[in-house]
Amino acid sequence: VTDRPPLTPTTRDALAELLLALADDEFIVGFWDSEWTGIAPMLEEDVATSSIAQDEIGHAKALYELLADLTDDDADRIAYARDADAFRHASLLNHGRRDWAFSSARRYLYETADAVRLATLAQSSHAPLAQLATKMRREETYHLLHARAWLRRLAEAPSAAPRLREALVELWPDAADVFAPLAAEDELIRARVLVEPMVALFAVWQRRIRSELEPLTGVLPASAPRADGRTRRTDDFRWLHGEFTSVVRADAGATW
Amino acid sequence: VVTAAAADARVARVRAALATIPDPEIPAISVVDLGVIGTVDVDDDRVRVELLPTFVGCPAIGVMQQQISERIGALGVAPTVEVVVTLDPPWTSDRISDEGRERLRRSGFAPPAPMPPGPLLGQLDELAVLPIAECPYCGSRNTTMDNPFGPTLCRAIYHCGDCRQPFEQFKRV
Repeated sequence: VTDRPPLTPTTRDALAELLLALADDEFIVGFWDSEWTGIAPMLEEDVATSSIAQDEIGHAKALYELLADLTDDDADRIAYARDADAFRHASLLNHGRRDWAFSSARRYLYETADAVRLATLAQSSHAPLAQLATKMRREETYHLLHARAWLRRLAEAPSAAPRLREALVELWPDAADVFAPLAAEDELIRARVLVEPMVALFAVWQRRIRSELEPLTGVLPASAPRADGRTRRTDDFRWLHGEFTSVVRADAGATW
Repeated sequence: VVTAAAADARVARVRAALATIPDPEIPAISVVDLGVIGTVDVDDDRVRVELLPTFVGCPAIGVMQQQISERIGALGVAPTVEVVVTLDPPWTSDRISDEGRERLRRSGFAPPAPMPPGPLLGQLDELAVLPIAECPYCGSRNTTMDNPFGPTLCRAIYHCGDCRQPFEQFKRV
């Protein structure tokens, strides 16, 4: 590990932007999932959602640690001491959990997008990121199966199917923002930190899921990752940010 | 300067001590049988032990690091002990030893089935990812998965159709 050539400052900054986007996505989706702990539709689902939330926040921790190593920072500080405006998660994760159909629709869209992204990251020239992505894929396979199982189950239930359909249609434009272009993406491609541009990953993802979704939703409109797809903010997110920083704010600098 | 033979003897002592450290979440199995111990190096200054997390977000990692530091520190083979968490190589459930599988079974856990050959990742084949578990109590394969997620990140919940016992399986991952 120590004989890796040092990154140039330009590559390091580009990598830092990528890691922050990835980490914030996992962190925020994990916190939204944890909102279901204790109130999921059934006990087994309570266990499953909580376990998935723990996985996602664990992934976020590992990604924040890679970032902290790179920028000589602290993972906890990055996670808990930033203003809401400094987060870089995709707009898909700006929505509150709402009902189970809405959360299930979001999870399906996020997991399918994340699977495409992780497959590319596993080939990254930045070895610590490639190793982490390789490991994360093994765990995310279970999340993906779970998300697809709920999609099918809700689609078959007469009372749930319309709500699922509405949620998918509403979230569809925001889901593209998981692949929002990064400011320093050219540098990431040049350094092979990212082996394919986000827009190419987006196309792979859309091809893969349209055939599964459209029997349910009808033809979905064209969508595209937006330049501000990772800087949009909502009241839902500001509320969540207030929740997940509340303990840290209650006693700044405390150790336990 | 440590001769090769002396260094080997020290590594063997460290490995023997590691084999007595239980997994914090499933104490029936040692960290060695669980396969979370990677390379062990010893020189005059330090012992270096690689620890491979079963799951990235495993909350037991800190406890494992501490237990390993204390147990190996007490051996006195070198002044310092370094426990390095690494994902290279990634831990997979195939790293659990035969002894470990037997110990899991005896404490009511189905061991994970071996990983199938060929690419598994990214496949959407549920049967490939969610293997059948053998009931650790009666040996029946007439079992159903109740939940691919369980009380810890690495465990799934099953039910035996023959002896009617619920049980857990260490996840194949």
